Amino acid sequence: MIEIFLGKYNYWIYITLMMIGFYAMIAKQNLIKKVIGMNIFQTSVFLFYISIAKVKGGTAPIVWEEAILYDNPLPHVLILTAIVVSVSTTAVALALIIRIYKAYGSIEEDKILEMSK
Amino acid sequence: MNISQHFPVFVIIIPLISAVIIPLVGRIRRIYGWYVSIAATFSSLLLSISLLRTVFEKGRISYWLGNWEPPWGIEYVVDYLSGFVLVVISFITFIITLYSMKSVGKEIPEDKITSFYSIYMFFVAGLLGMIITGDIFNLYVFIEISSLAGYALIAVGRKRDALIASYNYLILGTIAATFILLGIGYLYMVTGTLNMADLRERLPLLYDSTVVRTAFAFFSVGLSIKIALFPLHIWLPNAYTHAPSVVGALQAATATKVGIYVMIRIMFTVFKPRFILEVVPVSQMFLYLSAVAIIAGSVLAIGQKDIRRMLAYSSIGQIGYIVFGIALANKLSIIGSLIHILNHALMKGGLFLVVGSIVYKTGITNIDDLKGLGKKMPFSMAAFTIGAFSMVGVPLTVGFVSKWYLALGALQAGKWVFVLVILISSLLSAIYFGRVINNIYFKDDGGGHTTKIDDAPAGMLVPTLTLASCCIIFGIAAFIPVYITRFAAEMLLGG
Amino acid sequence: MEIITSIKPLLIISVSLIAVLLIAASRKYPNLRESWTILAAITKFSLVVSMLPLILKGKVIEYFLISVLPGLDIKFRVDAFGIFFALTSSFLWIINSFYSIGYMRALKEHAQTRFYICFAIALSATMGIAFSANLFTLFVFYEMLTLCTYPLVIHKETPEAIKGGKRYLTYLLGTSIGFQLFAIFLTYNAAGTLEFSNNGILAGNGSALLLTIIFILFIAGIGKGALMPFHSWLPAAMVAPTPVSALLHAVAVVKAGVFTIIKIVLFVFGVDLASQLGLGHGLAYFASFTIIASSIMALRQDNLKLRLAYSTISQLSYIILGVALLSPDAITGGIMHIIIHAFGKITLFFTAGAIYVATHKTKISELNGIGKQMPFTMTAFTIASLSMIGIPPAAGFISKWYLVLGSIEAHQMPIVIVIMASTILNACYFFNSICSIL
Repeated sequence: MIEIFLGKYNYWIYITLMMIGFYAMIAKQNLIKKVIGMNIFQTSVFLFYISIAKVKGGTAPIVWEEAILYDNPLPHVLILTAIVVSVSTTAVALALIIRIYKAYGSIEEDKILEMSK
Repeated sequence: MNISQHFPVFVIIIPLISAVIIPLVGRIRRIYGWYVSIAATFSSLLLSISLLRTVFEKGRISYWLGNWEPPWGIEYVVDYLSGFVLVVISFITFIITLYSMKSVGKEIPEDKITSFYSIYMFFVAGLLGMIITGDIFNLYVFIEISSLAGYALIAVGRKRDALIASYNYLILGTIAATFILLGIGYLYMVTGTLNMADLRERLPLLYDSTVVRTAFAFFSVGLSIKIALFPLHIWLPNAYTHAPSVVGALQAATATKVGIYVMIRIMFTVFKPRFILEVVPVSQMFLYLSAVAIIAGSVLAIGQKDIRRMLAYSSIGQIGYIVFGIALANKLSIIGSLIHILNHALMKGGLFLVVGSIVYKTGITNIDDLKGLGKKMPFSMAAFTIGAFSMVGVPLTVGFVSKWYLALGALQAGKWVFVLVILISSLLSAIYFGRVINNIYFKDDGGGHTTKIDDAPAGMLVPTLTLASCCIIFGIAAFIPVYITRFAAEMLLGG
Repeated sequence: MEIITSIKPLLIISVSLIAVLLIAASRKYPNLRESWTILAAITKFSLVVSMLPLILKGKVIEYFLISVLPGLDIKFRVDAFGIFFALTSSFLWIINSFYSIGYMRALKEHAQTRFYICFAIALSATMGIAFSANLFTLFVFYEMLTLCTYPLVIHKETPEAIKGGKRYLTYLLGTSIGFQLFAIFLTYNAAGTLEFSNNGILAGNGSALLLTIIFILFIAGIGKGALMPFHSWLPAAMVAPTPVSALLHAVAVVKAGVFTIIKIVLFVFGVDLASQLGLGHGLAYFASFTIIASSIMALRQDNLKLRLAYSTISQLSYIILGVALLSPDAITGGIMHIIIHAFGKITLFFTAGAIYVATHKTKISELNGIGKQMPFTMTAFTIASLSMIGIPPAAGFISKWYLVLGSIEAHQMPIVIVIMASTILNACYFFNSICSIL
C-alpha cells in the first residue's frame, strides 16, 4: 500500500495538481481563475514529463567526463516546446479576457451569459 | 538534389512564411495580405496535388526533416490517406481564401484585416501540418498552432458574443490538447519513440499494458472534444454561430475534418485495427456514440432559429457519420467515411459561404427572415439548394455517395439498425433544410414578384458556385474520390 | 432479344430540360415562353413515337450514360412496357400544356415561369422513370419527380397550399428515403446488382424472410403508388392548380408510382419468386382493401377534386392489383388500366378545372344545374365517368374485364368480388356527381 503511494509519488503529485487545475477550469466562474486553473493543469503534465525522464542515479544530461548514467534529455526538450505552447495559450486567453472585459464590463461568466442573452 | 523532394515541407513552410510576410506587406497596402494568402493557399494546393500524384506513381513518401533519420528525427509522411486529405483541405482553404476578401472587409474591423490574414495562414499551416506529420509530438505542436490560431480567428469579428464563444472553445480545446499531450507522454514512456510508424511496430507487444490503454483513452477523449463528437460538442455551435462568416466556413469545412483525420491516424496507424476492434473494443463505443451524434445533431438542428447555428448542429450530425464509418472499420465503411470528409467539406463549406453572402448582402441570419431571397439572390440560393440536397443525400450529389458506402458497410457488418439511423437522419435533415428552402423560395417577403436581382458580388459568387458544382460533379463522377479512398482504406486496414 | 444502342432515350429526357433553359430565358415574353413548352412537348412525343417501330419488332433500345459508382449506373433501357408509359405521358403532356396555358392565363396566376419550368422538369423525370434500366436510375428520377412537383403543388403559396405541400413532401420523401432507399441498400447487398432483369434479380439471394422484408419496404417506399396507409398526400395535393392535379393524377406522378411498383414486382423479384413467396397475393389483398376503403371515402367527399382524388387512389390499386395477381391476363389488365385511367382522369380533372375557371365553385353540392351552362364540358365529364366505372363501350370496361379474367385465372374469387363491389361504389359516386351537376 505504502509502496503505491510513496514509490510513485511523482504520479500522485501530478494527478493531484491536474485535478486541481481541471476543477478550476470547469467550476470557476471568474475567467482569470479559469486561466490560472488551465496553467496548473498544463504544468502538472509538464511535471509528469520531466519526472519520467529521470533515470535513477543519473546526472543532468550534459556531456562531461563522469557522466555515464544521465537523465533522458528528450522529454525536457519536448516540454520546452510545450511550455511555449502553454505560454501562447495563456497569452491568447488573457487577450480574450481583456476584450471580454471591454465588451461586457465583467469577467464573471454567469454575468456575461446573462448579458448576452 | 531535386527540388520536388522537398515538396512535403514546402506545403507547410509556404503558409508559415506567408503568415510572417503578410504583416509586412500589409503595411504597404491591405489588399496585399489577401494576395499573399491566395498565392500561399494556391501553391499549397498545387503541391498537395503533385504529392498525391507522386504517391500514386511511387508509393509512400517519407521526408526526413533536417535530414535526420527517423525515428530520431521528425518524419513527414505522404501516403494515400494524407495525400487525399491534404488535397481536400488545401482546396477548400484556397476556395475560402478567394471568397474571403469582401466578406472580411465587411465583418472585421479594417485595422485588423492584415493580422486576420496572418493568423489565417498560421491556421492553415497548422492544419496541413497535422495532416502531413508522421511524428506524434510534432502532431501535438501543429494541433496547438491551428487551435490557437482558430481561437483568435473566431474572436476577431465585431460581435462580442464571439469573444465568449472563443474563450470557451479555448478552455475546452486546451483540455483536449493537454489530454493528447498526456497520451503522447504515456506512449513515449513505454516505447521510447515518438515516430508513428515506429510506434506501430513496437506497440502490439504492449497492447495489454495499462499504460498503453490509458494513453489510448486520453487520445480518444481529447480528439473527441476536438472533433466535437456528441456529447463533447458544446463548444462548437457558439463558435460557428458567432465567428465571422469566413471563419465559420473555414472551421466547419476544415478544422473538424482534420481532427477526424488525426483520429484515424491514431486508431489505424499508431494503433492497429486489431486494437480498437478486438483488444479494447472501443470501436463499439464509438459506433453507438456516433449513432447518437447523428440523430442528436439532426434533431437539435431542427429546433434552431439562426441559420448558422442550424448548420453547426447539422455539422455535429455529419461528424457522427464520419466517426461511424471509422468505428465500423470495414473497407466499405471507411471509404464512406473518407469520402464524407471530402463531401462534408464541400457541402458545409458551400453552405456557410452562402450564409456569408446573405450576411454580406442583408445581414440576416434568422431563418424566418430569409423569405423571398430566392428572387433576390438566385445564384447564391441555387448553391444553397444544391448543398442542402447534398446534405439530405439526394442521388447524384456527393451526399448520396458517402451514405451509400456507409449503409453498405453497415449491412456488410450485419448492423441493420445503423442503416435506419442513416435514413432517419437523412429525413431529419430534409426537414430542417426543407424549412429553409421553403422560406427562401416559396414564401412571400411582401416585395411581390418585382424583386430585383441583387446577388453577392462575383468575387464571392464564383467560389460559392465552385463548391456547389463540386457537390454535383463528385456526385456524378464519384469514382474519382472512390478510387483514391479505396487505396487509403486498404492501406489502413492492411496489417 | 436484340439490343440496340441509341442516344434517343437520353434525347427524350433532355428535350424538356433544354426547354427549361429556353423557358427561363424568355420569361419576359409569355407567348414565346409557352411556345417553347408546346414545342418541347411535341418534340418529345414524336421522339417517343419514332422509337415505337423498333420496340414493336421486339427489340430493346439501350443507352449507357455514366457509372457513378461501381454497381450504380445511370443507364436507360426502352422496352415495351416503358415505351407504353412514355407514350401515354408524353402525349398527355401536349394536351395538358394547351390546357395549362388557357387555365393559367384565365386565372392570371402568378409565377407562371416557375410553373412551366417545373412542369418540364417533371416530364423529364417521368421519361427517366419510364426508361430506367436499373433501380438506381429509377430512384434518381423518382426523387427528381418528387422535388420538382413540390413547387407546383404549393403554387398558390397560401398557408393551405404550403400545408398541403408539406404533407406531399413528407409522405413522398419520407417513404422513399425511409423505406425505398433502405430496400435498395438491402437489394444491392443481397443481389450485388440493381439491374432490372426479366427473371428478377433477387431469386436465390437471401432467406424468405429477408426477401419479404425487402418487398414490404419497396411497396411501402413507393408512396407515389398511393397504397393505403400512404395515400393521404394525394388529397392534400389537391390544393394545386388543376393542370397540376392532372399532372399528378394522369400524366406523371401516381402513374410513375404504379409503374415503379410493377417494375419492382416483375423485374426485381420476378413472377416466379413473387408467387413462390406468396408476396403477390399479399399485395393483392392490400390493394383490394385500398380499393374498397378509398371508394367509400370518395363517396363522402363534397369537394369535386377531392372526390376525384380518392377515386384515383382506388383506381391506382386496380393497377397494382392487376400486377399483384401475377397472371398474364391480370397483368395486361393492370397495365392497360394505366393508360385508360390516365385518359379518363385527365378528362375529369380538366372538366373540374373548367368548372372552376367558369364559376369559381368547387363543391359538388353547389354545382346544381351547371350542366345546362356548360353542356360540352359535362358531356366529357359523363363519358369519362362511364369509363371510370367500367361501363361498355367506354374503355374502362376492357381493363376491368381483363382484371376479372385474371383473378379467376389465379383462383382468387374474393378479388372478383372486390372488383364487383368497387364498381358498384364507383357507380354510386360518379352517378351521384353527374346527377347533382346536371
